[in-house]
Amino acid sequence: MVDTMALLGRYFGVSIRAQLQYRASFLLNATGQFVNSGIEFVGLWALFDRFGHLAGWTFAEVAFFYGVVNCTFAIADALTTGFDRFGSHYVKTGDFDRLLLRPRPAALQLAGHEFALRRVGRLLQGMIVLAWATSALDIPWDAARVALLTLTVTGGIAFFVGLMVLQATLCFWTTESLEIMNVLTYGGVETAQYPLSIYHVAFRRVFTFVVPLACIGYFPVVAVLGVDDPLGTGRVFQALAPLAGVAFLGLSLVVWSVGVRRYTSTGS
Amino acid sequence: MPRSPLERLEARQGRPYTARPAAARGGQSDGESSMSQIEVRNLAKVFRVAERRAGLLGAFRGLVSRRMRDVHALAGVDFDIERGELVGYIGPNGAGKSTTIKILAGILTPTGGTCTIDGLTPWRDRRRHAARIGVVFGQRTQLWWDLPVIESFELLQRVYRVPEGLFASNRDRMVELLRLGPLLDTPVRQLSLGQRMRADLAAALLHGPKLLFLDEPTIGLDAAAKLAMRDFVRTLNREEGVTVVLTTHDMDDIEALCERIMVIGQGRILIDGGIDELRRRVGNERVLIVDFEEVLRLAALARELDGDGVRDVRVTGKRARIAFDAGVVAPAALIARVTARFEVHDLFVEHPPIEHTVADLYAEHGQGEA
Repeated sequence: MVDTMALLGRYFGVSIRAQLQYRASFLLNATGQFVNSGIEFVGLWALFDRFGHLAGWTFAEVAFFYGVVNCTFAIADALTTGFDRFGSHYVKTGDFDRLLLRPRPAALQLAGHEFALRRVGRLLQGMIVLAWATSALDIPWDAARVALLTLTVTGGIAFFVGLMVLQATLCFWTTESLEIMNVLTYGGVETAQYPLSIYHVAFRRVFTFVVPLACIGYFPVVAVLGVDDPLGTGRVFQALAPLAGVAFLGLSLVVWSVGVRRYTSTGS
Repeated sequence: MPRSPLERLEARQGRPYTARPAAARGGQSDGESSMSQIEVRNLAKVFRVAERRAGLLGAFRGLVSRRMRDVHALAGVDFDIERGELVGYIGPNGAGKSTTIKILAGILTPTGGTCTIDGLTPWRDRRRHAARIGVVFGQRTQLWWDLPVIESFELLQRVYRVPEGLFASNRDRMVELLRLGPLLDTPVRQLSLGQRMRADLAAALLHGPKLLFLDEPTIGLDAAAKLAMRDFVRTLNREEGVTVVLTTHDMDDIEALCERIMVIGQGRILIDGGIDELRRRVGNERVLIVDFEEVLRLAALARELDGDGVRDVRVTGKRARIAFDAGVVAPAALIARVTARFEVHDLFVEHPPIEHTVADLYAEHGQGEA
């Protein structure tokens, strides 16, 4: 485990140095990401400026949801470039064989493919929003809150990485990176920017039990905010919910290994 | 490898050229028992491929219903490879060469048969197996495109968990043998193909594997780079005792390096033996080249040599090329007949180039590029 983390760290170190060789490209990309998600947030503000609140949620509260999910996604996104390019970059060209020839799990090597430094733009933007929301809501940062927020972000990263692993796994069957998965990744981020309670009950069920997006966003964030959940869940459930993200990643990796086995038996 | 140079030499000279070498050859085990390093039995691989239909309409129909077809890439392959051997594995495109290599490397699961390499089944123990072998694909690099060569090496050290001391000594040896010193700080994308291949070879050997698979290592290289590559492979095999399995389309590679050749065609091993064995199997053709003291008429010479295994006679100026079957007429007898009749200045016997031999073999088995 320690050894694995050390290897991943090594991969990232090398990747970051390689990206910093192209400084202008990095700065433009990161700025682009920052401005892009910034404009999105301005849209959110305009909405609240006009309507005041959303089903009982204030602008600062929704900004908090927004900040958490965007920070989470930015980190997960940076970690999964290899999975994102899996179909076009590895399966089609046969480069995946190269990873299989090495004595480490292929998923680990893919994660080490590239640490996408440019995602720092989105992360920074998310953190600024989060900082503003925190001060606007006057949240007391006690140990329990810090621990829960850490768990939330960790579970969230695991969840989004799991989605990317599933997206890559589909490439064993189709070789094309399926756009359908973007519905869950980018669509998921959009969805989780708003509190779950505003959605129709069918959506709520799907995002809790099938694709546990609410477990790494809405439920624990409600606990961090210290408000009562209009959906009636308790604090213990809210605090443990992020573990669903970790379970989701575990499940994705099982499916992934089925895909790898299929690849090694069909050779394509 | 507790072997002295002398023992290695003996082992090499005593190496049998048959597909199933005699079991009784102890004394050079690797602590792994006296089994061959590679044992392949009845290996089979069937691919199911969807048949494509012609045209756009066909492509759409293919979306709905697919006709599947079985392709037998390997149809029962057997061989053993001993420690320290250097084996050439050749065959026309599509004969099953890369399928075999992929199975031996652990990245493809066969449909049937067994394969044991140093006690492991490659596709079941993929990662443990990978740590013990080196693989170089001529067409594809193992290195990171944007990184200086040395950083790729250091990353591979972590990937293969090579202890610092061993890594340093392997790296220095490779840098010396492959003359990589000036290239270490150059990003891989700026290397020439020959330089990149040298770096790739080093990368595949940093963890000190005792078995190396080379898939078309000289493809696209210029003459000097090919020679350097062959020198290196020879040194590696002779001095470090590394077992090498080499696939290639370049028969000069085979002639320069391999004591043993396996020819595969239509998923089966057609020939397994030395170069002599290969030549014997496709006929004993030799060419007698004679320089006469004076210009000869073709008719006169041809009349004199008619019959008795002589296949073709050509005359240009004072020189004649006489193709004959050494199985029918002994070279010495033919030479005696020629020298008895004509004034001969000089003569020698040639083997036909091995390309011809192999092309004949492929043709015999109804395969190969036209």
